[in-house]
Amino acid sequence: MSSGTLFDKVWDLHKVKDLKGGSTQLFIGLHLVHEVTSPQAFSALQEKNLSVLCPERTFATVDHIVPTHNQNRPFSDPLAEEMLYTLEKNCKQHQIKLFNIGSGNQGIVHVIAPEIGLSQPGMTVVCGDSHTSTHGAFGAIAFGIGTSQVRDVLASQTLSLDKLKVRRIWLNGELSNGVFAKDLILHVIQKLGVKGGVGYAYEFAGPAISKLSMEERMTICNMAIEGGARCGYVNPDSKTFNYLKGKTYSPKGETWERAVKWWESLASNRDATYDDEVELEASAISPTVTWGITPGQSVGIDECIPEKNPLEINDHQIYDEAYAYMNLQPGQSIEGVPVDVCFIGSCTNGRLSDLKAAAEIAKDRKVCKGIKAFVVPGSEKVSKEAKREGLDNIFINAGFEWREPGCSMCLAMNPDRLEGTQISASSSNRNFKGRQGSAKGRTLLMSPAMVAAAAVTGHVTDVRKLKAIQ
Amino acid sequence: MQKFKEFPKGKINNVEGNCILLKGDDIDTDRIIPARYLKCVNFESLGNQVFADDREEKNGLHPFDIKKNSEASILVVNRNFGCGSSREHAPQALMRWGIRAIVGLSFAEIFYGNCLSLGIPCVKMIEKNLIELEQLINSSHQFRCELDLNKEILISHQNSWPIIINQGASQMLLSGHWDATSTLTKANQEINIVKSNLPYLNQFKIKK
Ligand code: SF4
Repeated sequence: MSSGTLFDKVWDLHKVKDLKGGSTQLFIGLHLVHEVTSPQAFSALQEKNLSVLCPERTFATVDHIVPTHNQNRPFSDPLAEEMLYTLEKNCKQHQIKLFNIGSGNQGIVHVIAPEIGLSQPGMTVVCGDSHTSTHGAFGAIAFGIGTSQVRDVLASQTLSLDKLKVRRIWLNGELSNGVFAKDLILHVIQKLGVKGGVGYAYEFAGPAISKLSMEERMTICNMAIEGGARCGYVNPDSKTFNYLKGKTYSPKGETWERAVKWWESLASNRDATYDDEVELEASAISPTVTWGITPGQSVGIDECIPEKNPLEINDHQIYDEAYAYMNLQPGQSIEGVPVDVCFIGSCTNGRLSDLKAAAEIAKDRKVCKGIKAFVVPGSEKVSKEAKREGLDNIFINAGFEWREPGCSMCLAMNPDRLEGTQISASSSNRNFKGRQGSAKGRTLLMSPAMVAAAAVTGHVTDVRKLKAIQ
Repeated sequence: MQKFKEFPKGKINNVEGNCILLKGDDIDTDRIIPARYLKCVNFESLGNQVFADDREEKNGLHPFDIKKNSEASILVVNRNFGCGSSREHAPQALMRWGIRAIVGLSFAEIFYGNCLSLGIPCVKMIEKNLIELEQLINSSHQFRCELDLNKEILISHQNSWPIIINQGASQMLLSGHWDATSTLTKANQEINIVKSNLPYLNQFKIKK
């Protein structure tokens, strides 16, 4: 059993009581709410005649269903309009702060909470969305929950949970040029498998992780869930504190000093015990692209699509399914696979640094004829800052569309979607069958810079071969 | 979809019914209920839409469309069932279609928790037994079983296999406390103590 890790410390601090049957009732410090998984929870509350226990620890935004072309109300899709209307009504009734469209703070829930300083070290953070693991980048225990649990948290600000085991994933060395946090996490998932993390919290540590910026750490923790781990985290350090300093919801003045002291004390002890430890070499990672139908089916750009491993009989069926669905053959090189759609955005890679990395490649180049390429900033703030830096124009001049913030084609609950068997180069996090809105649509996951490289060449391309044009 | 079956309530000791087999590892919640059906403010219509895309592709031959399965309530699956998105729409859709228990090799965690909070047990079996069960389902017209949570077995006319269930989950189902809300809201006093001790809710003044 783990001890002395950040996970253990935070868990113990939030423990309300032991429940019958061995679960723990855990207090939740920050509850994030969005339009898709909350309406049924609010109705259930109503049915049971309960109120929201801590509205001041609950924050809402709208992201999944918002159109990214024209966000004028009412939305042209009446179902989307009804969902936002319901969220507005629920937030008003229960006095929950809603970051609505046009507020300057709307955006994908996992992008906005960090950028206004809501996600902080030592908190327990939940949201009815599996990518809540993102907030672990700050040294929080953050995980996704289902709608019944959203109801539980609304009503009691607590959850019934079983403690996770802790696996430390130590990354030596550093990422080489043209290789990004997205490549690192795709690599980790490929090595440990999409089920490898079930039952675990992942602690990402080591020299390669220390060197990452906060936005890069968010990309890593965001996809911990794709490796089966319900949450992932990075121990807080000076980068964490610098990022948080001055943010709207960050502590100020004397409180700030006290906060930093406490945050420092939360990091895993040097002599902490882990349930499992894994060591990987970051400098060995090359730009990584998925070729299959799970985020674990990926290869380095210089590799070929793998044959089935005769030793891993259990995986054979999913390999066959992937070859057939993707229409890609084992032995075929991933580089050069033509794409139809290029999507830059999502809670994995829709932040300013992601857009910058992609813009560097798009600058003074042109999107290949016949390719639809578009950029969806993760939030209104990201959009504003990107415009201030002129990124929007770089993209538009290159032939990309520049959109309004939202989840967009990450899951296509809005008008952005693949058609037929189209294949996308996408900076999002899931390549499941049908994920991007067409039942036969195909997704290749990669870093934003790699998506930009695919857009300007028309096919999967090693971004390291396309130096930024000075 | 089947005619309306009452949703789980109260103590859940056993689930009896026909088995429906769904082969394949890593069946994710996007496949159980495609994202476009999440555009709803209630769960009511989800039963018809379960596995919508897979069913369309299989054109009537998907297990959820095959006539002999139409009354089934015990779903038999393989590994890592329910991975991917945390959407509770997935277990809701399965429940509204008629599923009351799931037996498999392993489950994704969030999905598992979501099922539990609806009163739907997800139980594991060892591979050898599951293969045997699969063969029996395939070779019978309808294969009826009883999942006995007290005895931790799955029993059919002629067989009985041990099942593996998390003890916490088992307790919650057997005692009828799987609907966590009522239990959780009772601990008001303890909740307030934790709250008043958390540095980030108290100006970072650390109580000794
Ligand atoms: S961007 Fe994609 S993964 Fe992230 S919250 Fe939106 S839909 Fe979910």
